[in-house]
Amino acid sequence: MSVFDPLRNFILGYGDIGLVVWLVVCILCIAVPVILAVAFYVWWERKVLGWMHVRMGPNSVGPAGLAQTFADVFKLLFKEYLLPAKSSKLLFVLAPLIALVPAFAAWAVVPFDQRVVLSNANAGLLYLLAMTSMGVYGIIIAGWASNSKYAMLGAMRSAAQVVSYEIAAGMALVGVLICAGSLNLTDIVNAQSGAYGIFSWFWLPLLPLFVIYFVSGVAETNRLPFDMAEGESEIVAGFHVEYSGAPFAVFFLTEYANMILISFLASVLFLGGWLSPFPESWPLLGVPGWWWLFAKAFFFAFLYLWFRAAFPRYRYDQIMRLGWKVFIPIALAWIGVAGVLVYFGWFGLGGAR
Amino acid sequence: MTINLILFYVFSAILVLSALGVVGAKNSVHAVLLLVLCFFTTSALWLLIQAEFLAIVLVLVYVGAVMVLFLFVVMMLDIKIEPLREGFIRYLPVGVLVAAVMLAEMLLLIGVHNLQVAAPADPAGASNTAWLGMALFTQFLLPFEVAALILTVAVVAAVMLTLRKRSGARYQNPSQQVAVKASERIRIVKMPSIAKMPIAPKTEAAP
Repeated sequence: MSVFDPLRNFILGYGDIGLVVWLVVCILCIAVPVILAVAFYVWWERKVLGWMHVRMGPNSVGPAGLAQTFADVFKLLFKEYLLPAKSSKLLFVLAPLIALVPAFAAWAVVPFDQRVVLSNANAGLLYLLAMTSMGVYGIIIAGWASNSKYAMLGAMRSAAQVVSYEIAAGMALVGVLICAGSLNLTDIVNAQSGAYGIFSWFWLPLLPLFVIYFVSGVAETNRLPFDMAEGESEIVAGFHVEYSGAPFAVFFLTEYANMILISFLASVLFLGGWLSPFPESWPLLGVPGWWWLFAKAFFFAFLYLWFRAAFPRYRYDQIMRLGWKVFIPIALAWIGVAGVLVYFGWFGLGGAR
Repeated sequence: MTINLILFYVFSAILVLSALGVVGAKNSVHAVLLLVLCFFTTSALWLLIQAEFLAIVLVLVYVGAVMVLFLFVVMMLDIKIEPLREGFIRYLPVGVLVAAVMLAEMLLLIGVHNLQVAAPADPAGASNTAWLGMALFTQFLLPFEVAALILTVAVVAAVMLTLRKRSGARYQNPSQQVAVKASERIRIVKMPSIAKMPIAPKTEAAP
């Protein structure tokens, strides 16, 4: 960030107002790329799905169909949005925003490089858990405010599912914080920079938790094969069946922003964030940097799409069984294992110890 | 400090208004959502005095889990509003009495002059998460474990009280379902990919 220091000092020179302006600039530096990433991610999803279905995917608007998402977004924004006659009007309009805010607020503590983070909060991991757990309100409120049976069913399913999988994801994070000895995400990444390179990242000692975390992440973002909240073939479109135009676009944006967030978090927590997979002595390839984090996050984002193309939708009781009877016991057991590993000093350079 | 003070009053005002809304809302779902706002604002107030762990855990546990299930239940129950509203005036004196006693107790507990004290200094200068953990797992280990045990017992008890085998309900056997093989469900029939089909004759017979 040293390049930006003169700009920072210049803006901060204006006192309290300067501080607010600087924060807003920082927030925009994260929020705008996230929105753009969502646009290209949607394009990439449609391309990948197309290839997996042996068809072309979007290819007409712009080079290789790249402008397709933007065309869709503008179409949605200019469309009329309908308020169902007997809906709860205020909540109906608020619901997409309530879903959107936590999805973007969570990005505040995601570190992109050694010093590139908006808020280097000590309780970063807890903050992340709190923010991701609030995302379900948008869905529930949308389902209830629509005053529609399908939307209500989607909201109910989503509430039960997200709360269940949050427990499993939270347990997986407990394992990470035991090994790292810190709740700060930058410290967690630094705790993974051991002598064994790729093998000192947390994915190996915490392999079950790693799998549980990412699968729970897929379930928490209501993506296939866990998309009970939408379930097009069962309950039409679930919680957003009554939404159209811009509010629908906001729901769409939220879902994809959450997916990218989970991809980043899985890379930061288990795959060593911006650390390079190669030994540091290698020229160029061994240098740690944000590009490694982005490459890892891209891999997880791709997994999302792969899952979508490869798996049929889970039945509801199967989802609940997987969450409560498989993931949570395994996670609990592995927290014990992690405690033993730390006790016998397998993780020598925990951040806080 | 002035910004903190302004924020404190803003959050307090939102907190008091939303708390009043919880009691006064006609729709039970609106009441629950206002309660969520209450919790959230309380957490913001705690962040102002740098109790970050408590603030975030309040959001995580109450807003993120407890209230979601609460909302779930309230939405499922089709509560009729009118009968609930009937007794409002009748029970008002009791409610006021309870509130007054609670206020008096709180004032006694905290001590009125303590309200004037500024934000408590950070004990270690760093994260109070680590401090809370230290205290819980050394000094207060026994009460902590006892509380955890009681909560677990409560969970088991709640399940046992409500669990009943209904007659006529069908149950899945998950292990049987997981162990199933594709060959038990589908039969693959070999067919030649090119079949000899009768092709239209080259020359049509005259009618």
